[in-house]
Amino acid sequence: MDNQNLIPTKASVMDDLQEVRAMIRRHKRKDILFALVGLLALMFALLTLLTLFIDLVMDGYPRFNTEFLSEFPSRRAAHAGLLSAWVGSLLVMLVTFLTAVPMGVAAGLYLEEYAPKNWFSDLIEINVANLAGVPSIVYGLLALGLFVYGLDFGQSILTAGLTLGLLILPIIIVSTREAIRAIPTAIREAAYAVGATKWQVVKDHVLKYSQGGILTGVIIGMARALGETAPIITIGALTFIAFLPPSPIGTEAPFVNFEWLSSGFTVLPIQMFNWLSRPDHAFHINAAATGAIIILVTLLMNGTAIWLRYKIRKNIKW
Amino acid sequence: MSQLTSTQTAISPRLAKNVRRNMRERVIEFILMLAALSAVATTFAIVAILLYESLSFFKTVSLLEFFTAKEWTPLFEDAHYGIMPLVAGTLTTSAIALAVAVPMGTVAAIYLSEFASYKTREMVKPILELLVGVPTIVFGYFALLFVTPLLQKVFPELPGFNMLGAGIVMGIMIVPYIASVAEDAMRAVPMHMREGSYAMGATRFQTAIRVVTPAAISGIVAAYILAISRAVGETMVVAVAAGQQPNLTFNPMESAATITSFIVQVAMGDLPHGSIGYQSIFAAGLMLMAMTLFFNIIGHIIRKKYREQY
Repeated sequence: MDNQNLIPTKASVMDDLQEVRAMIRRHKRKDILFALVGLLALMFALLTLLTLFIDLVMDGYPRFNTEFLSEFPSRRAAHAGLLSAWVGSLLVMLVTFLTAVPMGVAAGLYLEEYAPKNWFSDLIEINVANLAGVPSIVYGLLALGLFVYGLDFGQSILTAGLTLGLLILPIIIVSTREAIRAIPTAIREAAYAVGATKWQVVKDHVLKYSQGGILTGVIIGMARALGETAPIITIGALTFIAFLPPSPIGTEAPFVNFEWLSSGFTVLPIQMFNWLSRPDHAFHINAAATGAIIILVTLLMNGTAIWLRYKIRKNIKW
Repeated sequence: MSQLTSTQTAISPRLAKNVRRNMRERVIEFILMLAALSAVATTFAIVAILLYESLSFFKTVSLLEFFTAKEWTPLFEDAHYGIMPLVAGTLTTSAIALAVAVPMGTVAAIYLSEFASYKTREMVKPILELLVGVPTIVFGYFALLFVTPLLQKVFPELPGFNMLGAGIVMGIMIVPYIASVAEDAMRAVPMHMREGSYAMGATRFQTAIRVVTPAAISGIVAAYILAISRAVGETMVVAVAAGQQPNLTFNPMESAATITSFIVQVAMGDLPHGSIGYQSIFAAGLMLMAMTLFFNIIGHIIRKKYREQY
């Protein structure tokens, strides 16, 4: 009796088939639905960037002229400019570059090429990883206690440059290590085989072949330094600077001077923050124009770095 | 004969060169090691400075008051030193940020890893990286002058400075971060697991949700936790858009200061070195550091402990 029920009739097979097909359709629908939601989520993130940029450009449009770059800040919004801010940003980034790049590259070299595998190297490694996760404002507090008051550098370009240097140090160390790790051991062994010392191997081969990768990290780090606001505010950068620091290049021998290092300063993001925190809407236009400039420069820098990395990955076949 | 005696007393020039060469090698290695040690020195300096200034702070203020008082007014005549209003502001803005970033970041990561074509992925990933690099002050502008006016159209009673707008923008800011870290975790799941699932007749969606996500869960959760620590430490968005008044509330429609925005606010003024106000920002910084460190450590532990080995 029971067996008879279990033998499929043609009709019941067709029913089952229909059911299965309906199930597949249902599942496919879910698939497509999720793909759409995912695409939307992704698009939302990308479109935000576009909206942000367009919003800044449209709001700041009235101030896109050469005067905006050649005027000092002013109490009248329409005449206020960015001169002291972009000069300050440039000088601070010079100090950052000169400190963070040699230190970061040297540290990366040590960790990849020299460091023995022991607790001491682990300690350094854990520290680098942790530093990357420290909020940037904490670097500002460090600088306030150490550079401004401890070492008495004051609220100067030197202090700001060193602070940002410490901030981007982990970025440069990590990218240096990644670039070095990509170099095959055979290259080092070949150099050793012809009698090179460790430093000669490192200097003439490891460093040379990893410079593209290191450069990528340096550009990303400098872009980060350009946009960082919180640590510089914390060290007490002035927001109303109507003078330029003394020029680093003198007209008479020895042609360089270092007075600019101890000069007061302001930088682009701080100038933007200052204008943004005023209630007067006229200043918000200035803030938008500054924001558009900052975002454009950082996007260009990061874009260059990403493009460079892509080129390196594509071209180098060991 | 005479030559032999000379090598016994003085080393040959060739050997001398070797000795110099070895010396130089050692000096260089030492210099490189010093550079690597700067990372350790920085960590120690941060901890030392925060502890040193906080200790002076806690000579005036008891720990009990710090953690239980309901007001934070260190710069007023009638000073109260309760950190909780700042912590409440920090947690509220971070919670809003995560409420935005976690679902969107996860969905975007699943889409990128499991649904998108190779071409799309290669195009979108660099753009996500670009988004991560946008300076936060610019997002502050966005929160104050774009998102808040938009929100005010929906909630007319919303004040100009509010935690909701700041939190949402912070969330948008973190989406690319979660998306790219979680996507990395999902890409690390070996292909044969997906193929097994497809062979059983599962769709892409089923495979993504029931096979890939559980397999990559440690990486995904670590991404969330690192995102929390970013949200807690984020400064400029809240300093611009969330308001400056310490306010013990978890209501996102109100304005409130966070730990970070308080530090910015005090640093903008000219505080005398060594005053209680000056010390208070270090105490706040110590609290911030403790919170981010807590989340960072948990994130690392989860990643280590629950890492699936294939």
